[in-house]
Amino acid sequence: MSGVRAGYVRPLDIRHGRVDLSHGAGGRAMAQLVEQLFAAAFANEWLAQRNDQALLPRPEGRIVMSTDCHVVSPLFFPGGDIGCLSVHGTINDVAMSGAQPLWLAAGFILEEGFPLADLQRIVDSMARAARDAGVPIVTGDTKVVEKGKGDGVFITTTGVGVVPAGVAISGDRARPGDRIVLSGTIGDHGMAVMSERESLAFGTDLVSDTAPLHGLVAAMVEAVPGLRALRDPTRGGLATTLNEIASQSAVGMTIDEAAVPVERQVEAACEFLGLDPLYVANEGKLVAIVPAADADRLLEVMRAHPLGRRAALIGEVTEDAHHFVQMRTRFGGKRIVDWLAGDQLPRIC
Amino acid sequence: MKYIDEFRDGELALGIAAAIAAEADPRRSYNLMEFCGGHTHAISRYGVTDLLPPAVRMIHGPGCPVCVLPIGRIDLAIRLALDQGVIVASYGDCLRVPASDNLSLLKAKARGGDVRMVYSPADALKIAAANPEREVVFLAIGFETTTPPTALVIKEAARAEVTNFSVLCNHVLTPAAITNILESPEVRRLGTLPLDGFIGPAHVSTVIGSRPYEFFAEEYAKPVVIAGFEPLDVMQAILMLVRQINDGRAEVENEFTRAVTRDGNLKAQALVSDVFELRRSFEWRGLGMVPYSALRIREAYGAFDAERRFRLETRSVADNKACECGAILRGVKHPRDCKVFGTVCTPESPIGSCMVSSEGACAAYYSYGRFREIPIVAGAPA
Repeated sequence: MSGVRAGYVRPLDIRHGRVDLSHGAGGRAMAQLVEQLFAAAFANEWLAQRNDQALLPRPEGRIVMSTDCHVVSPLFFPGGDIGCLSVHGTINDVAMSGAQPLWLAAGFILEEGFPLADLQRIVDSMARAARDAGVPIVTGDTKVVEKGKGDGVFITTTGVGVVPAGVAISGDRARPGDRIVLSGTIGDHGMAVMSERESLAFGTDLVSDTAPLHGLVAAMVEAVPGLRALRDPTRGGLATTLNEIASQSAVGMTIDEAAVPVERQVEAACEFLGLDPLYVANEGKLVAIVPAADADRLLEVMRAHPLGRRAALIGEVTEDAHHFVQMRTRFGGKRIVDWLAGDQLPRIC
Repeated sequence: MKYIDEFRDGELALGIAAAIAAEADPRRSYNLMEFCGGHTHAISRYGVTDLLPPAVRMIHGPGCPVCVLPIGRIDLAIRLALDQGVIVASYGDCLRVPASDNLSLLKAKARGGDVRMVYSPADALKIAAANPEREVVFLAIGFETTTPPTALVIKEAARAEVTNFSVLCNHVLTPAAITNILESPEVRRLGTLPLDGFIGPAHVSTVIGSRPYEFFAEEYAKPVVIAGFEPLDVMQAILMLVRQINDGRAEVENEFTRAVTRDGNLKAQALVSDVFELRRSFEWRGLGMVPYSALRIREAYGAFDAERRFRLETRSVADNKACECGAILRGVKHPRDCKVFGTVCTPESPIGSCMVSSEGACAAYYSYGRFREIPIVAGAPA
């Protein structure tokens, strides 16, 4: 008698298994990976539809959409991993319009040979981050590339959200006289990741600040509906974000070095490597441009939120035909805070 | 941060600034050259010039390791990576320096060359160990500060009998460059480059000590004050130079006593002289051929000398005609005197080497100080 069990597929060996090309080939192996790993972890009513697309109800209000690719190395770092980072990153990009994020889509590019155990860790972390944030991952895709043609795993996430009525937040709305508010310390994420890089590894108890900011944003928007601009200073750091807004709004900015909060370990690590924390990446911070009259109220609301406890007023928007961001140094001088050119590199001498 | 904040204290800076303003004679000028890129960087980053009276003028010197590396030498490394399949490892700043054929090491990497950024020469040796079937060349650059680590890694490679590792040595010497500037026609004959004193190197001096500068003070009657890389170090050194000039003294003084002694680091010096010997002459970007200004690997360690190993011949390649890096490196011109500064030449796409490293005079000025007088081209990056 045959022992064949109809429809039976031996479960994936998550502990010892590795991604192979069949996991991206569209056959049974791929279906199994999707079911056992992704669908199981992300489980929600839209994924349960089992279609190539998620059928969503029409939301009330103006819709925003954003997408973000994640290629971080190392994949696991103190305080997070590429999984939760890919959820937070897109939630934050959506939230920086003042929107409430509603749904996420996720695309995975896996490299042949990638351990399934690591993939499970990443997917679990994404699922947890999405659940905690209340923003479900409703659709997705997986491709596998040959060994050597990827770096373990790349994740692209896309998010959709709705902007509350009356809110008009945009990078081109900063006006001379507005105040610049920062939600907390800078450089934590970049330095935490760098501390784990093979060639650099230095001992530190720094952790990434990766976090979803939509809750903080909701509180801010409610208290100060006249918020002008919001942006999360990720790659390129605070300096780059300020330059983006200054250039978009055709204004200048002046910030106070002494007012910008930096953790001591970040300052020390930057000092040691010859880096400037102003250019180091953050994943759980935002910059807000606010009319001067609303600055105190905004700071109060931000400081009452766990992700804005160290919020600080760091400077003001000025009139400047060159759209320079300038900084009053702690030393008493003044200097430009420029766009980052290329990657920030450690100094030689 | 302990040992850092003390040297960046704004209150103390105001005190020193007041002393400089009180003691500097407004009827004369004090033309001071900071030799090191590290000082250039600190001056720009902390806005030190805002605290100086108009009589004190800072002139940027050639002490930026990346800036003085001539095109021909980078070409060698690029060719090794592209034509010979060699893994070329170097410091991050070095990878962006423009070379011939519109290439840089970074662009060579994009064309398939195996170019790796390392934080220390020891990492390059690790790459060699991890790739026993490949040749690995470390492109070594820098002044006396970075020379001992290169010497150490060559000795380590010899000890471990590594057979696939070598060094393309471009280490240069500070005193030779200062002599070259002091002997230049602009200083000696034409007088177009007034030089009243030097801020002496910080990290370089921890290795070579303060003694080598005594020659300049005596022979050329120029005061030298060795200073640390923190902004208060620079301010204090400027005050000390103003005092020397006012008194008509030309001495070597040491502001950086917390790290620099008269004799320097003797162990490091012994290590360097064990592995390296003087080159008769070496090309510097900006200064041209400078006699006895650089080091090469001794015969005993010849197996680790990429020039011997790959029979490399350096071709001298002229800089871009519009680029004023040469004159800027000699202190003869200021970045704002260059026609391509901030127009064609920006940190994103540098024409000359001074725009590459954050220690380069043009990059420092562009990134930190150009709001002072440069009308910037509208709508640059959007």
